[in-house]
Amino acid sequence: MLAKRIIPCLDVKDGKVVKGINFLGLKEVGDAVELGRRYAEQGADELVYLDISATREGRGTFVSLVRKVAETLNIPFTVGGGISSLEAAAALLDEGADKITINSAAIARPELIGEIATRFGSQFVVVAIDARQCADGLWRATTHGGTRETSKELFSWAREAQERGAGEILFTSMDHDGTAGGYPCGVYAALNGQLSIPVIASGGAGSVADIAAVLTEGKADAALAASIFHYGQYTVGQVKSELARQGIAVRL
Amino acid sequence: MVAIIDYGMGNLRSLENALDRLGAQYVVTSDLEEILRAERVILPGVGNAGGAMRNLREKGLADWIPSLRRPVLGICVGMQVLCRDSEETLDGNPGTTPCLGVFDAHVRRFPAEPGLKVPHMGWNDLGNLDGKLFTGLEKGPYVYFVHSYYAGTGPDTVATCRYGGVLLSAALRYENFYGTQFHPEKSGDVGEAILKNFMKL
Repeated sequence: MLAKRIIPCLDVKDGKVVKGINFLGLKEVGDAVELGRRYAEQGADELVYLDISATREGRGTFVSLVRKVAETLNIPFTVGGGISSLEAAAALLDEGADKITINSAAIARPELIGEIATRFGSQFVVVAIDARQCADGLWRATTHGGTRETSKELFSWAREAQERGAGEILFTSMDHDGTAGGYPCGVYAALNGQLSIPVIASGGAGSVADIAAVLTEGKADAALAASIFHYGQYTVGQVKSELARQGIAVRL
Repeated sequence: MVAIIDYGMGNLRSLENALDRLGAQYVVTSDLEEILRAERVILPGVGNAGGAMRNLREKGLADWIPSLRRPVLGICVGMQVLCRDSEETLDGNPGTTPCLGVFDAHVRRFPAEPGLKVPHMGWNDLGNLDGKLFTGLEKGPYVYFVHSYYAGTGPDTVATCRYGGVLLSAALRYENFYGTQFHPEKSGDVGEAILKNFMKL
């Protein structure tokens, strides 16, 4: 049976992980490769590395980090953060990334999804959507960390991304992200019902129960989480064992 | 020495990294002489089976691969092109792509099934493991798949996997030819063990 995936996410700035400083027993604080290796050993199904560098130098460092991650890990990993062209995506593929995730650049120029998917396959393209519920009740995509609202309505934008060649949708509710108060499961279930590609839930997990809820009630194919792993609250293995105990198919 | 056949079907970096981690010596090549000299051959592949067959013909390899007598491992589309034929065509129109015909298997697209997502992507467990490729593995190991077409089960099936209503060949074997529909180079420790086993054949 196809397993639900648990995906730790690492934010990287100038080659160093910026969260996760409390990770138990990690010798070199912020070592993105070592942290990824630990997660893989604990049973992470995939990893996501997000580049949040503000400078060109930082981005160059990220590309060489991707190479080291690819040399080290024996599980798939996705990279993202500021990818806005076919060339940038190609460079990361060449270094060994299995997938890339695009967000603002896809909103600015939706054709980019199709360009990358046609060249490298849909399995390579994850479209990330950061959305929040607006005053009129509709969910709309945002950019710049949720600070700028766009005209893209969540469900129609997700369907458009799928039609243009996205292989997966990574949906983060900006109303829930960072709250540790759980995911909006109803919205995830509705999204899943409208798409034929996998949906990855992100942002809001405060407990294993939250993750279990979004994988069952929310029908998500995978859950991405950062804080609950980085701060040593749970190991990936503990989360997966608990999900298995609740009858959810996971790879143990 | 392992020859990884380079025929323009996807990035080979992951496979190279996996062999590096095992300390295996390899060469990435489309040169027939080099392939014939190698002790083992890996035929990788990501993309369209029709395109893969076209590229193998253009490089003059299609007629030679079935005659190899050393261990050969086809991965993903590399496994599919070792089958008899595939429903996946270069232009995407209905039809059949004749393949290399090593495995007695027909490759078809996953049927439309409510709630079943295509491609079959992610970690799924293997059943009916048979043969040296799987030596030392525990029962029901999980491996990583990404594919929209599959070979059903048949006489050459040496591992199965269930996705929705389909029981597919997760691995095939005929004489010195092996194929995995999944990606051992991305399948964690299980995948590493399978690649190690291939290196010992």
